[in-house]
Amino acid sequence: MSKERKMTLTIPREEYMSPGHLACQGCGASLAMRLALKGLGQKTIVCIPACCWAVIDGPFPHSSLDIPIYHCAFETAASSASGVRAGLDMVGDTETTVLAWAGDGGTFDIGLQALSGAAERNDDIIYTCYDNEAYMNTGIQRSSATPIGAWTTTTPVKHYKKERKKDIIGIMAAHGIPYIATASVAYPEDMVKKFKKAREIKGTRFIHVFAPCPAGWKSRPEDTVKLARLAVQTGYFPLYEIEDGEKWTLNLKVKERKPIAEYLKLQGRFRHLKEEEIALIQQEVDARWARILKHCGL
Amino acid sequence: MSKKKEAKKIVFESEKEMPAVPMSLGSMLYNKTGAWRNIKPVIDLSRCIKCGICWKFCPDASIDIVDDWPQINYVYCKGCGLCAEECPQKCIAMVEEEK
Repeated sequence: MSKERKMTLTIPREEYMSPGHLACQGCGASLAMRLALKGLGQKTIVCIPACCWAVIDGPFPHSSLDIPIYHCAFETAASSASGVRAGLDMVGDTETTVLAWAGDGGTFDIGLQALSGAAERNDDIIYTCYDNEAYMNTGIQRSSATPIGAWTTTTPVKHYKKERKKDIIGIMAAHGIPYIATASVAYPEDMVKKFKKAREIKGTRFIHVFAPCPAGWKSRPEDTVKLARLAVQTGYFPLYEIEDGEKWTLNLKVKERKPIAEYLKLQGRFRHLKEEEIALIQQEVDARWARILKHCGL
Repeated sequence: MSKKKEAKKIVFESEKEMPAVPMSLGSMLYNKTGAWRNIKPVIDLSRCIKCGICWKFCPDASIDIVDDWPQINYVYCKGCGLCAEECPQKCIAMVEEEK
C-alpha cells in the first residue's frame, strides 16, 4: 500500500526488556512486563517473588531487564517493595517507582497478607498481579485465581475446579487504596496509560493484569492476544479502575458482549465442559458484569 | 533499542571473581532463542501498512522498527506466530524453518 505513510506508534518506543529471556512461546506475562515498563520508564525498581518472572528474567549473573530487580521470597513481594521504598526514602530518592510484580499465586494465595499489610499502611508502591490463573511455573497447579470449571494438574478433568475465582479487586477496593485498575495485554494503549497514571499517584496502587498462558491453558501460542481480547469482550475480565476505593470507572464499554463459549472453546483446559456447565459459567459472568456496571453507575 | 548491550555469557573461573552480593552483570542477549522455533514469520513489506501492531504485541521484543519498517530479529524470534495472527493486513506468513 502507501509507501510514504509514516509509522505512528501508539505506545512509547523505548524498550526496557531485552530479547533472549526464558519465557515460553507466546507468553502473556513477558508481554505484560514489556508493556508495563513502557509505562513506568527507566526509573523503576522491581521486586519479583517466586513466579514465572523469577525464571523468565534469566539465571545469575544475567538479566533481561534494563532496570534493577530484587528477587524475594514467595510471600514477600509487597513487604519487600515496602522495604525498598523505605530505603529509597532514607537516601532521599522520591523519584524512583517501586514495582512489586507477582503472579496470581503470589497475590491471591501466598502473598495476600503481605499485600494487605502494605495496603493498610498505604506504602508508596505499585503492586502488579499478572494473572495466568494457576501456578504455571511449578506445573499448572490450581490457585485461588483459577476459574470455575478449569482443568489443572491438581484439579483433573474428573474433579475439575468447582470453586469460583477469588474477587481480588473487591478485596483491594475494601482497603480503600488510592488506585486500583485492571489491564489486559490485548489493549496495550490502555495498559500503558494505566501504568503512567499509577506512577503519578502516591500510596499503594494495585494493577491486575490479565496474562494468558499458552502452556497452562492448552491454547495455541498465537492465540494469546486473541484470548485476552475475548476475555474483555465477553465480560469475563472487564477493564475498569477504582480511585480512592469509591470512584469506579469502566474503561471499555462493551456494547454487545460475546458469549463466554467463544472464549472457552479456544482453551484445552475447558474442553471437558458440557453445555449446561458453560451456561452456568455464562450466568456467573453475567452476574459479575451487572455488579460492575452497578458500581460504575451505568 | 535503548542502549548497546553485549551478547556475551558471563562465566566465573573461580569463586574470587564472583561479586560479593548477587547482582546482574550482563543481559540475557547471549541466549539466542531463535533456535527454539520451527516456523518463522516472514513479512511481505509490499502489503504492510506500517500500523506497528506486530511490534506492539511481540512478547519477545524481537521485532525492531528500522527506518519506519518492521523488521524481525531472527536471532531471538521464538516463532510463536502472534504477529502473523494479529496482523490486520495478514501480510506476515509463517513458513517452515529450513534445516
